[in-house]
Amino acid sequence: MSDSGQILAPGRVLRYPFNERANHWIASFSYIYLLLTGLAFWSPWLSWIAVVLGGGQISSILHPWVGLFFVYAVMRMYGYWAPQMRNTEVDKQWWNALGHYVRNEDDQMPPAGRYNAGQKALFWSFFYATILLLATGVVLWLPERIPWNLRWLRYLSVFLHPVAALFTIANFLIHIYMSVFAERGALGSVIRGDVSLEFAKRYHPGWYREIREKAAGPRK
Amino acid sequence: MSQATLRVQKISAHSGAIPGEGTQRQFTVAKLIDTTTCIGCKACEVACVEWNDMPFSPTEFNNTYQTMPETRWDYWNLILFNEHETEDGSLMWLMRKNQCMHCAEPGCLEACPSDGAIIQYTNGIVDFQQDKCIGCGYCITGCPFNIPKFNKKTKRVYKCTLCTDRVSQGLEPACIKACPTGCLHFGSKDDMRVLAETRADQLRSHYDFPNAGVYDPPGVGGTGVIYVLHDIRQPEIYGGLPKDPRVPLSVKLWKGPLKWLGNIAMVGGVIGLFFHYLRYGPKEREVELKEPHTGEEP
Repeated sequence: MSDSGQILAPGRVLRYPFNERANHWIASFSYIYLLLTGLAFWSPWLSWIAVVLGGGQISSILHPWVGLFFVYAVMRMYGYWAPQMRNTEVDKQWWNALGHYVRNEDDQMPPAGRYNAGQKALFWSFFYATILLLATGVVLWLPERIPWNLRWLRYLSVFLHPVAALFTIANFLIHIYMSVFAERGALGSVIRGDVSLEFAKRYHPGWYREIREKAAGPRK
Repeated sequence: MSQATLRVQKISAHSGAIPGEGTQRQFTVAKLIDTTTCIGCKACEVACVEWNDMPFSPTEFNNTYQTMPETRWDYWNLILFNEHETEDGSLMWLMRKNQCMHCAEPGCLEACPSDGAIIQYTNGIVDFQQDKCIGCGYCITGCPFNIPKFNKKTKRVYKCTLCTDRVSQGLEPACIKACPTGCLHFGSKDDMRVLAETRADQLRSHYDFPNAGVYDPPGVGGTGVIYVLHDIRQPEIYGGLPKDPRVPLSVKLWKGPLKWLGNIAMVGGVIGLFFHYLRYGPKEREVELKEPHTGEEP
Protein backbone atom coordinates (compact mmCIF):
# COMPACT_ATOMS: atom_id res chain seq x y z
CA MET A 1 0.00 0.00 0.00
CA SER A 2 1.30 3.39 -1.00
CA ASP A 3 1.75 6.05 1.62
CA SER A 4 0.43 9.54 1.60
CA GLY A 5 3.03 11.98 0.29
CA GLN A 6 4.51 9.58 -2.25
CA ILE A 7 5.36 11.30 -5.51
CA LEU A 8 3.73 9.81 -8.57
CA ALA A 9 4.92 10.75 -12.03
CA PRO A 10 4.33 13.20 -13.57
CA GLY A 11 4.02 16.04 -11.10
CA ARG A 12 1.44 14.23 -9.02
CA VAL A 13 1.60 13.30 -5.36
CA LEU A 14 -0.50 10.78 -3.44
CA ARG A 15 -2.71 12.51 -0.88
CA TYR A 16 -5.15 9.79 0.19
CA PRO A 17 -4.23 6.08 0.00
CA PHE A 18 -7.01 3.65 -0.95
CA ASN A 19 -8.03 2.81 2.64
CA GLU A 20 -8.54 6.44 3.54
CA ARG A 21 -10.48 7.08 0.34
CA ALA A 22 -12.73 4.06 0.78
CA ASN A 23 -13.39 4.96 4.38
CA HIS A 24 -14.17 8.55 3.41
CA TRP A 25 -16.89 7.35 1.06
CA ILE A 26 -18.40 4.98 3.61
CA ALA A 27 -18.71 8.02 5.85
CA SER A 28 -19.97 10.22 2.99
CA PHE A 29 -22.72 7.98 1.71
CA SER A 30 -23.91 7.03 5.19
CA TYR A 31 -23.83 10.70 6.25
CA ILE A 32 -25.83 11.80 3.24
CA TYR A 33 -28.45 9.13 3.92
CA LEU A 34 -28.58 10.19 7.58
CA LEU A 35 -28.80 13.82 6.60
CA LEU A 36 -31.64 13.27 4.13
CA THR A 37 -33.73 11.02 6.38
CA GLY A 38 -32.90 13.21 9.36
CA LEU A 39 -34.16 16.27 7.51
CA ALA A 40 -37.32 14.36 6.62
CA PHE A 41 -37.95 13.82 10.35
CA TRP A 42 -36.87 17.38 11.13
CA SER A 43 -39.49 19.25 9.17
CA PRO A 44 -42.83 18.36 7.59
CA TRP A 45 -41.76 20.48 4.63
CA LEU A 46 -39.10 17.88 3.93
CA SER A 47 -41.13 14.71 4.66
CA TRP A 48 -41.15 14.04 0.91
CA ILE A 49 -37.47 13.09 1.14
CA ALA A 50 -38.43 10.04 3.21
CA VAL A 51 -41.12 9.21 0.64
CA VAL A 52 -38.54 9.32 -2.15
CA LEU A 53 -36.21 7.13 -0.10
CA GLY A 54 -38.78 4.38 0.36
CA GLY A 55 -41.18 5.77 2.95
CA GLY A 56 -41.13 7.07 6.49
CA GLN A 57 -41.25 3.64 8.11
CA ILE A 58 -38.22 2.32 6.20
CA SER A 59 -36.35 5.57 6.79
CA SER A 60 -37.01 5.40 10.49
CA ILE A 61 -35.91 1.75 10.65
CA LEU A 62 -32.72 2.25 8.61
CA HIS A 63 -31.62 5.61 10.02
CA PRO A 64 -30.10 4.15 13.23
CA TRP A 65 -28.43 1.24 11.43
CA VAL A 66 -26.85 3.51 8.85
CA GLY A 67 -25.84 5.68 11.79
CA LEU A 68 -23.75 2.78 13.07
CA PHE A 69 -21.94 2.60 9.70
CA PHE A 70 -21.23 6.31 9.95
CA VAL A 71 -19.89 5.96 13.48
CA TYR A 72 -17.68 3.07 12.31
CA ALA A 73 -16.24 5.17 9.50
CA VAL A 74 -15.65 8.17 11.74
CA MET A 75 -13.83 5.99 14.27
CA ARG A 76 -11.61 4.67 11.48
CA MET A 77 -10.94 8.26 10.41
CA TYR A 78 -9.87 8.91 13.95
CA GLY A 79 -7.44 6.02 13.66
CA TYR A 80 -6.04 7.28 10.34
CA TRP A 81 -5.91 10.98 10.93
CA ALA A 82 -6.08 11.92 14.61
CA PRO A 83 -2.27 12.15 15.03
CA GLN A 84 -2.08 14.61 12.11
CA MET A 85 -5.00 16.66 13.43
CA ARG A 86 -3.25 17.95 16.53
CA ASN A 87 -3.12 21.68 16.97
CA THR A 88 0.20 23.31 16.06
CA GLU A 89 1.66 26.79 16.25
CA VAL A 90 0.99 27.26 12.52
CA ASP A 91 -2.72 26.62 13.16
CA LYS A 92 -2.96 29.63 15.45
CA GLN A 93 -1.41 31.80 12.77
CA TRP A 94 -3.78 30.22 10.24
CA TRP A 95 -6.84 31.24 12.24
CA ASN A 96 -5.45 34.76 12.57
CA ALA A 97 -5.08 34.88 8.79
CA LEU A 98 -8.58 33.46 8.15
CA GLY A 99 -9.64 36.63 6.34
CA HIS A 100 -7.03 36.01 3.65
CA TYR A 101 -8.22 32.43 3.30
CA VAL A 102 -11.82 33.52 2.86
CA ARG A 103 -10.75 36.01 0.16
CA ASN A 104 -8.78 33.28 -1.65
CA GLU A 105 -5.47 35.02 -0.89
CA ASP A 106 -3.78 31.71 -0.25
CA ASP A 107 -0.28 33.02 -0.85
CA GLN A 108 -0.66 35.07 2.35
CA MET A 109 -1.53 32.06 4.51
CA PRO A 110 0.93 30.52 6.98
CA PRO A 111 2.36 27.20 5.73
CA ALA A 112 -0.21 24.52 6.57
CA GLY A 113 0.82 20.88 6.87
CA ARG A 114 -1.09 17.95 5.36
CA TYR A 115 -4.16 19.50 6.97
CA ASN A 116 -4.77 23.16 7.57
CA ALA A 117 -6.37 24.45 10.77
CA GLY A 118 -9.82 24.60 9.16
CA GLN A 119 -9.64 20.96 8.12
CA LYS A 120 -8.56 20.04 11.63
CA ALA A 121 -11.51 21.93 13.06
CA LEU A 122 -13.80 20.07 10.66
CA PHE A 123 -12.33 16.75 11.76
CA TRP A 124 -12.73 17.39 15.47
CA SER A 125 -16.19 18.91 15.02
CA PHE A 126 -17.36 15.80 13.21
CA PHE A 127 -15.61 13.49 15.66
CA TYR A 128 -17.17 14.95 18.81
CA ALA A 129 -20.55 15.55 17.17
CA THR A 130 -20.59 11.91 16.08
CA ILE A 131 -20.00 10.74 19.64
CA LEU A 132 -22.88 12.94 20.80
CA LEU A 133 -25.09 11.76 17.95
CA LEU A 134 -24.33 8.14 18.83
CA ALA A 135 -25.08 8.59 22.53
CA THR A 136 -28.32 10.47 21.95
CA GLY A 137 -29.24 8.34 18.95
CA VAL A 138 -29.12 5.12 20.95
CA VAL A 139 -31.51 6.62 23.49
CA LEU A 140 -33.90 7.71 20.74
CA TRP A 141 -33.59 4.32 19.07
CA LEU A 142 -34.69 2.39 22.15
CA PRO A 143 -36.98 4.79 24.05
CA GLU A 144 -38.86 2.00 25.82
CA ARG A 145 -35.61 0.53 27.18
CA ILE A 146 -35.00 3.73 29.11
CA PRO A 147 -36.63 3.34 32.55
CA TRP A 148 -39.33 5.87 33.38
CA ASN A 149 -37.25 7.46 36.15
CA LEU A 150 -34.43 8.04 33.65
CA ARG A 151 -36.74 9.72 31.16
CA TRP A 152 -34.68 12.91 31.39
CA LEU A 153 -32.19 11.04 29.18
CA ARG A 154 -34.83 10.94 26.46
CA TYR A 155 -35.69 14.59 26.99
CA LEU A 156 -32.02 15.49 26.69
CA SER A 157 -31.50 13.32 23.63
CA VAL A 158 -34.51 14.55 21.74
CA PHE A 159 -33.00 18.03 21.91
CA LEU A 160 -29.28 17.32 21.64
CA HIS A 161 -29.56 14.95 18.67
CA PRO A 162 -30.80 17.68 16.30
CA VAL A 163 -28.43 20.21 17.87
CA ALA A 164 -25.45 17.96 17.12
CA ALA A 165 -26.86 17.21 13.68
CA LEU A 166 -27.22 20.92 12.87
CA PHE A 167 -23.65 21.43 14.00
CA THR A 168 -22.47 18.74 11.58
CA ILE A 169 -24.61 20.25 8.79
CA ALA A 170 -22.81 23.58 9.20
CA ASN A 171 -19.50 21.74 8.91
CA PHE A 172 -20.78 19.58 6.07
CA LEU A 173 -21.87 22.57 3.99
CA ILE A 174 -18.47 24.21 4.33
CA HIS A 175 -16.73 20.90 3.61
CA ILE A 176 -18.73 20.35 0.40
CA TYR A 177 -18.26 23.94 -0.67
CA MET A 178 -14.51 23.87 -0.10
CA SER A 179 -13.87 20.49 -1.66
CA VAL A 180 -16.23 20.57 -4.62
CA PHE A 181 -16.45 24.25 -5.54
CA ALA A 182 -13.66 26.30 -4.01
CA GLU A 183 -10.55 24.12 -4.06
CA ARG A 184 -10.44 22.37 -7.41
CA GLY A 185 -8.49 19.17 -7.16
CA ALA A 186 -9.70 18.39 -3.66
CA LEU A 187 -12.64 16.24 -4.77
CA GLY A 188 -10.44 14.34 -7.22
CA SER A 189 -7.91 13.70 -4.47
CA VAL A 190 -10.41 11.77 -2.39
CA ILE A 191 -11.61 9.81 -5.46
CA ARG A 192 -8.40 9.07 -7.36
CA GLY A 193 -6.09 9.75 -4.44
CA ASP A 194 -3.58 12.17 -5.96
CA VAL A 195 -3.16 15.92 -6.29
CA SER A 196 -0.75 18.00 -8.34
CA LEU A 197 2.43 19.17 -6.69
CA GLU A 198 1.17 22.70 -7.35
CA PHE A 199 -1.87 21.94 -5.27
CA ALA A 200 0.31 20.65 -2.45
CA LYS A 201 2.63 23.61 -2.64
CA ARG A 202 -0.15 26.17 -2.74
CA TYR A 203 -2.54 24.83 -0.11
CA HIS A 204 -0.27 22.73 2.10
CA PRO A 205 3.25 24.18 1.93
CA GLY A 206 4.32 22.39 5.13
CA TRP A 207 3.24 19.10 3.67
CA TYR A 208 4.92 19.97 0.36
CA ARG A 209 8.19 20.51 2.19
CA GLU A 210 7.86 17.08 3.80
CA ILE A 211 7.18 15.52 0.40
CA ARG A 212 10.27 17.15 -1.02
CA GLU A 213 12.43 16.01 1.86
CA LYS A 214 11.02 12.50 1.60
CA ALA A 215 11.61 12.40 -2.17
CA ALA A 216 15.14 13.75 -1.78
CA GLY A 217 15.98 11.10 0.80
CA PRO A 218 16.24 7.90 -1.27
CA ARG A 219 18.05 9.68 -4.11
CA LYS A 220 21.21 10.00 -2.06
CA MET B 1 -58.87 4.78 13.02
CA SER B 2 -60.04 7.94 11.38
CA GLN B 3 -63.70 8.69 11.80
CA ALA B 4 -65.56 10.34 8.98
CA THR B 5 -68.01 12.16 11.23
CA LEU B 6 -65.23 13.70 13.32
CA ARG B 7 -63.15 16.56 12.02
CA VAL B 8 -59.55 17.26 12.89
CA GLN B 9 -58.29 20.36 14.70
CA LYS B 10 -54.64 19.40 15.26
CA ILE B 11 -52.32 17.32 13.09
CA SER B 12 -48.80 16.17 13.90
CA ALA B 13 -45.94 17.40 11.69
CA HIS B 14 -48.29 19.06 9.24
CA SER B 15 -47.27 21.81 6.86
CA GLY B 16 -50.06 24.21 6.09
CA ALA B 17 -53.48 24.75 7.58
CA ILE B 18 -55.51 22.15 9.45
CA PRO B 19 -58.64 21.09 7.52
CA GLY B 20 -61.09 20.82 10.40
CA GLU B 21 -60.01 23.71 12.60
CA GLY B 22 -63.10 25.74 13.50
CA THR B 23 -65.27 24.09 10.84
CA GLN B 24 -67.53 22.12 13.15
CA ARG B 25 -69.85 23.03 15.98
CA GLN B 26 -68.53 20.50 18.46
CA PHE B 27 -68.07 20.42 22.21
CA THR B 28 -65.04 18.97 23.93
CA VAL B 29 -65.76 15.59 25.46
CA ALA B 30 -64.31 14.25 28.68
CA LYS B 31 -64.22 11.14 30.75
CA LEU B 32 -64.62 11.52 34.50
CA ILE B 33 -63.04 8.94 36.78
CA ASP B 34 -64.02 9.11 40.42
CA THR B 35 -61.24 7.19 42.17
CA THR B 36 -63.19 7.31 45.42
CA THR B 37 -65.87 4.96 44.11
CA CYS B 38 -63.72 2.65 42.02
CA ILE B 39 -63.74 -0.90 43.39
CA GLY B 40 -61.01 -2.22 41.11
CA CYS B 41 -63.23 -4.79 39.39
CA LYS B 42 -61.44 -4.38 36.05
CA ALA B 43 -64.70 -4.48 34.11
CA CYS B 44 -63.46 -1.41 32.20
CA GLU B 45 -60.27 -3.29 31.27
CA VAL B 46 -62.24 -6.21 29.91
CA ALA B 47 -64.64 -3.95 28.05
CA CYS B 48 -61.69 -2.16 26.45
CA VAL B 49 -60.05 -5.39 25.29
CA GLU B 50 -63.44 -6.68 24.08
CA TRP B 51 -64.58 -3.64 22.17
CA ASN B 52 -61.22 -3.05 20.50
CA ASP B 53 -60.82 -6.75 19.61
CA MET B 54 -57.36 -6.85 21.11
CA PRO B 55 -55.35 -10.05 21.42
CA PHE B 56 -55.12 -11.38 24.96
CA SER B 57 -52.16 -9.99 26.79
CA PRO B 58 -50.40 -12.29 29.28
CA THR B 59 -50.70 -11.15 32.89
CA GLU B 60 -47.91 -11.06 35.44
CA PHE B 61 -48.54 -12.34 38.94
CA ASN B 62 -46.65 -10.50 41.66
CA ASN B 63 -48.77 -11.30 44.74
CA THR B 64 -50.98 -8.24 44.28
CA TYR B 65 -54.06 -7.34 42.34
CA GLN B 66 -51.85 -5.68 39.74
CA THR B 67 -52.13 -7.83 36.62
CA MET B 68 -49.39 -6.02 34.73
CA PRO B 69 -47.12 -3.11 35.64
CA GLU B 70 -48.28 -0.65 32.98
CA THR B 71 -50.44 -0.28 29.90
CA ARG B 72 -49.34 -2.07 26.75
CA TRP B 73 -49.77 -1.57 23.04
CA ASP B 74 -52.63 -4.09 23.23
CA TYR B 75 -53.85 -3.15 26.71
CA TRP B 76 -54.87 0.49 26.77
CA ASN B 77 -56.81 0.63 30.00
CA LEU B 78 -55.27 -0.58 33.26
CA ILE B 79 -56.30 -0.10 36.87
CA LEU B 80 -53.32 0.70 39.06
CA PHE B 81 -53.62 -0.62 42.62
CA ASN B 82 -51.73 1.26 45.28
CA GLU B 83 -51.56 0.51 48.98
CA HIS B 84 -51.05 3.89 50.59
CA GLU B 85 -50.26 4.49 54.24
CA THR B 86 -51.83 7.70 55.49
CA GLU B 87 -50.29 10.04 58.07
CA ASP B 88 -52.22 8.42 60.93
CA GLY B 89 -50.88 4.99 59.92
CA SER B 90 -54.07 3.57 58.44
CA LEU B 91 -54.21 1.96 55.03
CA MET B 92 -55.84 3.38 51.93
CA TRP B 93 -56.24 1.13 48.94
CA LEU B 94 -56.14 3.49 45.99
CA MET B 95 -57.31 2.36 42.60
CA ARG B 96 -56.85 4.44 39.52
CA LYS B 97 -57.94 3.56 36.04
CA ASN B 98 -54.98 4.54 33.90
CA GLN B 99 -55.21 5.29 30.18
CA CYS B 100 -54.49 8.04 27.70
CA MET B 101 -55.42 11.40 29.21
CA HIS B 102 -56.30 13.02 25.85
CA CYS B 103 -54.48 16.25 26.70
CA ALA B 104 -55.70 19.48 25.16
CA GLU B 105 -52.04 20.17 24.34
CA PRO B 106 -50.74 16.68 23.58
CA GLY B 107 -47.00 16.14 23.98
CA CYS B 108 -47.16 13.06 21.74
CA LEU B 109 -48.65 15.09 18.90
CA GLU B 110 -46.13 17.86 19.37
CA ALA B 111 -43.16 15.47 19.28
CA CYS B 112 -44.40 13.39 16.33
CA PRO B 113 -42.42 13.93 13.09
CA SER B 114 -44.84 12.10 10.81
CA ASP B 115 -47.54 14.08 9.03
CA GLY B 116 -50.96 13.00 10.27
CA ALA B 117 -49.79 10.11 12.47
CA ILE B 118 -51.32 11.80 15.53
CA ILE B 119 -54.45 13.92 15.27
CA GLN B 120 -56.79 15.67 17.63
CA TYR B 121 -60.45 15.81 16.69
CA THR B 122 -62.57 18.88 17.26
CA ASN B 123 -64.10 17.10 20.25
CA GLY B 124 -60.64 16.91 21.86
CA ILE B 125 -59.93 13.20 21.38
CA VAL B 126 -56.29 12.51 20.54
CA ASP B 127 -55.97 9.59 18.14
CA PHE B 128 -53.04 7.72 16.58
CA GLN B 129 -53.25 6.88 12.88
CA GLN B 130 -51.11 3.76 12.68
CA ASP B 131 -51.03 3.77 8.87
CA LYS B 132 -49.11 7.04 9.00
CA CYS B 133 -46.96 6.18 12.03
CA ILE B 134 -43.27 5.70 11.18
CA GLY B 135 -42.45 3.97 14.46
CA CYS B 136 -39.82 6.46 15.63
CA GLY B 137 -41.10 6.49 19.22
CA TYR B 138 -40.88 10.26 19.68
CA CYS B 139 -44.46 10.28 21.01
CA ILE B 140 -43.26 8.04 23.84
CA THR B 141 -40.81 10.78 24.78
CA GLY B 142 -43.38 13.55 24.33
CA CYS B 143 -46.00 11.97 26.60
CA PRO B 144 -45.78 13.03 30.27
CA PHE B 145 -48.04 10.11 31.29
CA ASN B 146 -46.07 7.17 29.80
CA ILE B 147 -48.98 6.04 27.64
CA PRO B 148 -47.99 5.37 23.99
CA LYS B 149 -46.64 1.84 23.58
CA PHE B 150 -44.62 0.35 20.73
CA ASN B 151 -45.56 -2.85 18.94
CA LYS B 152 -42.34 -4.56 17.82
CA LYS B 153 -44.03 -6.58 15.09
CA THR B 154 -45.95 -3.79 13.37
CA LYS B 155 -43.38 -1.14 14.37
CA ARG B 156 -46.19 1.24 15.21
CA VAL B 157 -47.32 2.89 18.42
CA TYR B 158 -50.76 2.35 19.96
CA LYS B 159 -52.89 3.78 22.74
CA CYS B 160 -56.45 4.40 23.91
CA THR B 161 -58.64 5.98 21.23
CA LEU B 162 -61.30 7.10 23.75
CA CYS B 163 -63.44 4.76 21.63
CA THR B 164 -63.46 7.28 18.80
CA ASP B 165 -65.54 4.84 16.77
CA ARG B 166 -68.25 4.73 19.46
CA VAL B 167 -68.13 8.41 20.40
CA SER B 168 -68.47 9.50 16.77
CA GLN B 169 -71.72 7.52 16.67
CA GLY B 170 -73.06 9.12 19.82
CA LEU B 171 -72.16 6.26 22.15
CA GLU B 172 -70.11 6.42 25.32
CA PRO B 173 -66.69 4.70 25.46
CA ALA B 174 -66.71 0.96 26.21
CA CYS B 175 -65.08 1.36 29.62
CA ILE B 176 -67.82 3.77 30.75
CA LYS B 177 -70.50 1.37 29.58
CA ALA B 178 -69.01 -1.44 31.68
CA CYS B 179 -68.47 0.34 35.00
CA PRO B 180 -70.78 -1.17 37.67
CA THR B 181 -70.33 1.45 40.38
CA GLY B 182 -70.90 4.60 38.39
CA CYS B 183 -67.42 5.88 39.08
CA LEU B 184 -66.98 6.49 35.34
CA HIS B 185 -68.88 9.20 33.52
CA PHE B 186 -68.71 10.53 30.01
CA GLY B 187 -70.03 13.74 28.51
CA SER B 188 -69.02 17.27 27.64
CA LYS B 189 -65.93 18.56 29.39
CA ASP B 190 -68.00 21.33 30.99
CA ASP B 191 -70.57 18.89 32.39
CA MET B 192 -67.86 16.55 33.65
CA ARG B 193 -66.07 19.43 35.39
CA VAL B 194 -69.28 20.40 37.19
CA LEU B 195 -69.99 16.81 38.16
CA ALA B 196 -66.42 16.32 39.38
CA GLU B 197 -66.43 19.53 41.42
CA THR B 198 -69.76 18.56 42.95
CA ARG B 199 -68.37 15.18 43.95
CA ALA B 200 -65.16 16.72 45.32
CA ASP B 201 -67.21 19.19 47.31
CA GLN B 202 -69.30 16.31 48.69
CA LEU B 203 -66.10 14.48 49.69
CA ARG B 204 -64.76 17.58 51.41
CA SER B 205 -67.93 18.44 53.31
CA HIS B 206 -69.58 15.09 54.03
CA TYR B 207 -66.66 12.68 54.19
CA ASP B 208 -63.30 12.81 55.86
CA PHE B 209 -61.43 14.03 52.78
CA PRO B 210 -60.72 17.74 53.32
CA ASN B 211 -58.25 17.78 50.45
CA ALA B 212 -60.40 16.08 47.85
CA GLY B 213 -60.18 17.71 44.46
CA VAL B 214 -60.34 17.44 40.70
CA TYR B 215 -57.30 16.48 38.64
CA ASP B 216 -57.38 18.39 35.35
CA PRO B 217 -53.75 19.49 34.96
CA PRO B 218 -53.38 22.95 33.37
CA GLY B 219 -49.76 22.25 32.32
CA VAL B 220 -51.06 20.31 29.31
CA GLY B 221 -54.03 22.61 28.77
CA GLY B 222 -56.35 20.37 30.76
CA THR B 223 -57.12 16.76 29.92
CA GLY B 224 -59.93 14.83 28.29
CA VAL B 225 -59.81 12.46 31.24
CA ILE B 226 -60.29 14.04 34.65
CA TYR B 227 -60.03 12.42 38.06
CA VAL B 228 -61.65 13.02 41.39
CA LEU B 229 -58.93 12.27 43.95
CA HIS B 230 -59.20 11.87 47.74
CA ASP B 231 -56.14 14.07 48.07
CA ILE B 232 -55.44 16.46 45.23
CA ARG B 233 -52.19 17.55 46.90
CA GLN B 234 -50.47 14.26 46.17
CA PRO B 235 -51.57 12.70 42.88
CA GLU B 236 -48.28 10.73 42.84
CA ILE B 237 -49.67 8.21 45.33
CA TYR B 238 -52.11 7.03 42.67
CA GLY B 239 -49.48 5.03 40.80
CA GLY B 240 -47.32 7.98 39.86
CA LEU B 241 -49.90 10.41 38.46
CA PRO B 242 -47.69 13.45 37.80
CA LYS B 243 -48.41 16.51 39.93
CA ASP B 244 -47.76 19.06 37.21
CA PRO B 245 -47.49 17.23 33.87
CA ARG B 246 -46.14 19.25 30.99
CA VAL B 247 -44.92 18.62 27.51
CA PRO B 248 -41.17 18.18 28.13
CA LEU B 249 -39.37 21.51 27.85
CA SER B 250 -36.77 19.98 25.53
CA VAL B 251 -39.52 18.91 23.11
CA LYS B 252 -40.88 22.45 23.10
CA LEU B 253 -37.42 23.93 22.57
CA TRP B 254 -36.72 21.47 19.79
CA LYS B 255 -40.00 22.07 17.96
CA GLY B 256 -39.91 25.82 18.64
CA PRO B 257 -36.75 27.95 18.75
CA LEU B 258 -34.33 25.24 17.63
CA LYS B 259 -36.36 24.54 14.52
CA TRP B 260 -36.42 28.19 13.54
CA LEU B 261 -32.77 28.79 14.32
CA GLY B 262 -31.80 25.61 12.51
CA ASN B 263 -33.81 26.44 9.40
CA ILE B 264 -32.46 29.98 9.26
CA ALA B 265 -28.91 28.70 9.77
CA MET B 266 -29.19 26.02 7.09
CA VAL B 267 -30.82 28.20 4.45
CA GLY B 268 -28.60 31.14 5.42
CA GLY B 269 -25.52 28.93 5.20
CA VAL B 270 -26.33 27.75 1.69
CA ILE B 271 -27.13 31.29 0.52
CA GLY B 272 -23.94 32.59 2.16
CA LEU B 273 -21.75 30.00 0.45
CA PHE B 274 -23.44 30.69 -2.88
CA PHE B 275 -22.67 34.38 -2.62
CA HIS B 276 -19.14 33.67 -1.49
CA TYR B 277 -18.66 31.74 -4.72
CA LEU B 278 -20.16 34.59 -6.76
CA ARG B 279 -17.83 37.07 -5.09
CA TYR B 280 -14.56 35.12 -4.84
CA GLY B 281 -15.01 32.07 -7.07
CA PRO B 282 -12.81 29.01 -6.89
CA LYS B 283 -9.30 29.24 -5.48
CA GLU B 284 -7.73 27.49 -8.46
CA ARG B 285 -8.34 30.36 -10.86
CA GLU B 286 -5.59 32.35 -9.19
CA VAL B 287 -3.18 29.44 -9.38
CA GLU B 288 -3.66 29.28 -13.12
CA LEU B 289 -3.07 32.98 -13.54
CA LYS B 290 0.04 33.17 -11.40
CA GLU B 291 1.64 29.84 -12.15
CA PRO B 292 0.58 28.56 -15.56
CA HIS B 293 1.14 24.85 -15.76
CA THR B 294 4.26 24.15 -17.77
CA GLY B 295 4.32 20.40 -17.43
CA GLU B 296 7.29 20.65 -15.12
CA GLU B 297 7.25 20.24 -11.39
CA PRO B 298 6.98 23.61 -9.70
